[in-house]
Amino acid sequence: MMEMELPQATSSVVLPTTEAPAKTTTRAVAAKKPPFKLVPFLANLGTHGALIIAALIAAMPLLLIFFTSLKTESETFSTTISILPKVWHWDNYTYVLHDNFLTYLTNSVYVAVLTTLLALVVTLPAGYALSRFEFLGKQGVMLSFLVTQMFPAPLLLVPLYLLYYQLHLLNNDNGLVIAYATTALPFSVWMLKNFFDAIPKELDQAGLVDGLNVWGVFYRIIMPLTIPGIAVVAFYNFMNSWNEFMFANLFISTTDRQTLPISLHNYDFATGVHWPWLCADAIMITLPVMLFFFWAQRYLISGLTGGSVKG
Amino acid sequence: MAKEAAAHPQIAAPPLMTRIGRFLNGKAFAYLCIAPVILVMAAIIFYPMIQGIFYSFTNANDANIGAHIGPNVIPPSYKTVGLQNYINILSNKASGSVIFSGLLAQTVIWVLGCVIFHAVFGVALALLLNRRIRFRGIYRALMMIPWAMPQYVAALAWSFFLNQDYGIINVTLTTLHLHAIPWTTDANWARVAVIMVNIWLGVPFYVVTVLGGLQSIPAELNEAAAIDGANWWQRFRTVTLPLLRPVLSLVMLLDVIWTFNLFSVIYFITGGAPGHASDTIISYAYEGPIQGHNYGIGAAYGMIILLILLIFTIGYSRAVRLSQGVE
Repeated sequence: MMEMELPQATSSVVLPTTEAPAKTTTRAVAAKKPPFKLVPFLANLGTHGALIIAALIAAMPLLLIFFTSLKTESETFSTTISILPKVWHWDNYTYVLHDNFLTYLTNSVYVAVLTTLLALVVTLPAGYALSRFEFLGKQGVMLSFLVTQMFPAPLLLVPLYLLYYQLHLLNNDNGLVIAYATTALPFSVWMLKNFFDAIPKELDQAGLVDGLNVWGVFYRIIMPLTIPGIAVVAFYNFMNSWNEFMFANLFISTTDRQTLPISLHNYDFATGVHWPWLCADAIMITLPVMLFFFWAQRYLISGLTGGSVKG
Repeated sequence: MAKEAAAHPQIAAPPLMTRIGRFLNGKAFAYLCIAPVILVMAAIIFYPMIQGIFYSFTNANDANIGAHIGPNVIPPSYKTVGLQNYINILSNKASGSVIFSGLLAQTVIWVLGCVIFHAVFGVALALLLNRRIRFRGIYRALMMIPWAMPQYVAALAWSFFLNQDYGIINVTLTTLHLHAIPWTTDANWARVAVIMVNIWLGVPFYVVTVLGGLQSIPAELNEAAAIDGANWWQRFRTVTLPLLRPVLSLVMLLDVIWTFNLFSVIYFITGGAPGHASDTIISYAYEGPIQGHNYGIGAAYGMIILLILLIFTIGYSRAVRLSQGVE
């Protein structure tokens, strides 16, 4: 009975060291397991029930957006329950695709890719330095990361807008890249530090003994071991810039430079929102990130907790 | 090893080149690595932040902040007003009908409601997902959807579902001959609506982090407790929860800060309606002074938020000895 209730560490690549013994013990216990017992069966049933309900609640809005994206406009104002569209109107997608979608897409890809690259170049060395070295001001740097999280983003907008004006970064996608990479920076560095903390320092020393300099140790030994961490931070920055609305809305004024999130505005008419078009657009914006997310989520788990679980 | 050697001077001083080499391999390298981060943050976060602090002591607005129109430069003409913005806010004279204590109370309700439910649902779902069951990967992936969706898309979608007349929730209720819920016209229902949407948004972050924490707890500890006759609740309270504390305390601190500063959900769902009943400090500051281009007042609101969060964080860190969790 008891083996059913043991929290086990099983899935994925997260923590191979704790995983291995967990698996063997389970197997040993499982061998003795009697054919059927009521309590574990009910516990399992309850677990699946609770998880199915939770998964439904989590997924429902996305499903409803998808169904709405296939409706006619009058159907969205129905006062009777109609979850599924009567006829599947894929032409909502065609309409949105022909409404400058490719321009927005190109801009979004440009901004997201460049943000990710810039963020990695800046945060990787910083995360490594914070993980491996003691230096004056280290505590201050870590503390300032936390303080930046407390300052409300809307208040950065006005001074940043004026600064961008002076630097000719308004209506410029590179301005967005800089803003996104910087605002995601504290969290990125903090996550990378956690990843580096999880790699034994003995590896650094072995590298130094073998005649590498610090840069060589970082570049040739530690960085290849941090690929999951790099993936997490890359993904975090990509998602962040792909989804960002506030800066893009304020800084970019012409259609040829706008990113995907702003395109949603196109369907918010003075007469009201055209929900089918807006939902079709939302689905096309969300889907690529969502697929990417499902692939990367296992790494996210280790990235967010890597070093902070030690205590 | 190399670090210790550098820290303790040798009896015979090493040759100069070795010392330079050690310096380059140690502190200098660290400073070089951290410099770009500091520089970029100084320009894009700290400089505007300090300027924001400065604006909070002025009557800056759209008309007097200065502008460049073509070749013409209009110099800024705002003046410093000392603490007047703060006094006006705290004595409810800053703008219109908003009462600061009301905003503060709603902020506390909003943060407490969101963070407590995030933590309870997040831990419960993570515990379930940590069991050895079938379809676990599928459940976990589906539960990540609220996190993977762009926040404003989610908020827009919810505002559609919560629509008074043709939103899915009220349509279902009226079909069942129940009363439609006045989501944006009743103060308490509006509060429930915004908190509910944000709970939906925030649980995946907890599931992911707590799951990571759970997987680092050696299974032997729970097995030992089980052999000693502890039931699942005793094992949860005495084994799992204490070992989750470092993760949870840090995640909850971040959640308090993020929730305090989150305005998009309130902005899209109720816009603060009715009156300002569902407005928090930040959502009001955004809808009111910032969108109304009263930068001085807006910045003062920002400073008040920053001060509240700083005091909270210091108190919180003392209480849970966060330093162990962070370091």
